[in-house]
Amino acid sequence: MKGTAQRVVRGLRPLWHRRRRSIIPILFLAPAAVLFALFVLYPIAASLRLSLFEWHGIGPKTWIGLGNFRALFADPVFNTAFRNNLIWLALIPAAPAMGLAIALLLDRASARMRLARILFFLPFVMSQVVIGIVFAWFFHPDLGLLNQVLARLGGPTVAPLESEVGAIFAVIVAHLWPQTAFCMIIYLAGLAILNPALEGAARLDGARGWQILRHVILPQLWPAHFIVAMVCVVSALRSFDLVATMTRGGPYDSSNVLAFYMYEQAFLSLRYGYAAAIASVLFALAACCVSFFLWRMLRAEK
Amino acid sequence: MLRFVFSLADAASGEMKEAPAARRRPRAHVLRNLVIIVLLSLWLVPLLGVALTSMRSIEDLHRGNYWGWPSDIFILQNYWQVLFSAGMGRFIVNSLIIAVPAVLGTLVVATMAGFALAAFRFRGNLIILALAIGGNLVPFQILAIPVRSMIDGFGLYDTRAGLILFHTAFQTGFATLFMRNFIRQLPVDVIDAARVEGIPEHQILIYVILPMIRPALAAVAVLVFTFIWNDFFWSLILTYSSDVRPVTVGVLSLRGMWLTSWHLLAAAAMLAALPPALLFFLMQRHFIAGLTLGLSSD
Repeated sequence: MKGTAQRVVRGLRPLWHRRRRSIIPILFLAPAAVLFALFVLYPIAASLRLSLFEWHGIGPKTWIGLGNFRALFADPVFNTAFRNNLIWLALIPAAPAMGLAIALLLDRASARMRLARILFFLPFVMSQVVIGIVFAWFFHPDLGLLNQVLARLGGPTVAPLESEVGAIFAVIVAHLWPQTAFCMIIYLAGLAILNPALEGAARLDGARGWQILRHVILPQLWPAHFIVAMVCVVSALRSFDLVATMTRGGPYDSSNVLAFYMYEQAFLSLRYGYAAAIASVLFALAACCVSFFLWRMLRAEK
Repeated sequence: MLRFVFSLADAASGEMKEAPAARRRPRAHVLRNLVIIVLLSLWLVPLLGVALTSMRSIEDLHRGNYWGWPSDIFILQNYWQVLFSAGMGRFIVNSLIIAVPAVLGTLVVATMAGFALAAFRFRGNLIILALAIGGNLVPFQILAIPVRSMIDGFGLYDTRAGLILFHTAFQTGFATLFMRNFIRQLPVDVIDAARVEGIPEHQILIYVILPMIRPALAAVAVLVFTFIWNDFFWSLILTYSSDVRPVTVGVLSLRGMWLTSWHLLAAAAMLAALPPALLFFLMQRHFIAGLTLGLSSD
């Protein structure tokens, strides 16, 4: 027995020496690969598969093919949630626009204004739960600053978070706050490495203000546009914390989004198959966007 | 792309350039500063409101003073009550117990993997990178049900260890990408020289690479700490008892308790926001370098 073991070890040793260059990186890579495969890759596959079953957490899973998806498209809450995700995607470009504006303003500011960029960035490092509480207080019908200001101006009282039309927009406004901060910091970094000679040349040619911004500055910022666009799209689709904190999808599911509806169906109603189907739709949406960005990135590389 | 992002990170973390145009036209300069100050005040109004409310007495709220200056400063009373009577102290400790080991675990695993991807050439390198980026961008919901079953299967449901394990695994993708990009920028001849000397690879990693990648470790650490501290979704679905729940879920459970005690809720929210904000103030350079670099690939 012992002899066999020794022979195996002796037999392995030349293999180890011969293939050391390929075994060592695999060993270094192994913990990360195992964790990533177990907690990211496998769950994606398992969720996609689960979306074809009916399952309530206990007992056997029943295969129902595309039944969950058929039910989804007839489900009014799903349709609202899907529509709200699209509204979110449509409004998210406001974040890069405002972020770029603030960055342009801060880029030429004096060194004394450095504190300003830190303070502008502050919302991004705060938890979205805190941001949700901050904005719930801001939009509060009786206590909120919004209504206090409106009352001073003689305007009507508004309760955006209690309105079936307004709730989703109030949540998106809250989301634009940290997202604008993120875009600002990326654009500031991009502006700091512009080639000043190009702007000088454009000025010599008689270009001014807007023309310089459109034809000289914006094109040079394209990698920043790219990063900002990808992160904004993904964060718009991921939106969960703010909905959970500010409205819980209400009133009457009018501000529900796919991420929150999936949570409700899975962990409150225990309809796991159905929830997996919602997650699969969300995943497909995100995958389309991300692969578009990755494709552009790889193409730019060539 | 990569070169751009690196210079982006340098620019963001380094000294900002002085504006020549501004120096030439002092009046425009003053105007610009004025606009910045006005905008910044508007920008921070929602936050200032909550900060002020966290210092109010309940009488102030009853009197209808919601946004004005507090008539009595109640900082100590409110924060003391929130920290010790309402259990925010325990939530904060839980968040630390979860975030610190998860950050350390991520650093160890990602440094090894980043080193392997940067210092060795082997097939599939590009696919691994694409997976790491893509994996970091997926919506959490597609992972939720299987991850919860798995954590439950390991006997880690409703434990801090379960959250530590999951966060380490999830943050590894981003962190690996970052470490790999950073290690690739190091001078190659140092690694080659060490190899010629016959130093084993793990010693090269510890004695040659590690001292050179401290800035990268700092960047990953502050960013991953902030992500984990601010996590809400995973804490919500992987824990349920307030003995193990972290601060984000904790604040929300307090809200259910204090429907009208806005001053206490505000104090709790400020406490939850404080650690990442402090970390950002102290380590801005690393924070921003992490943010710009981590999004790169090549």
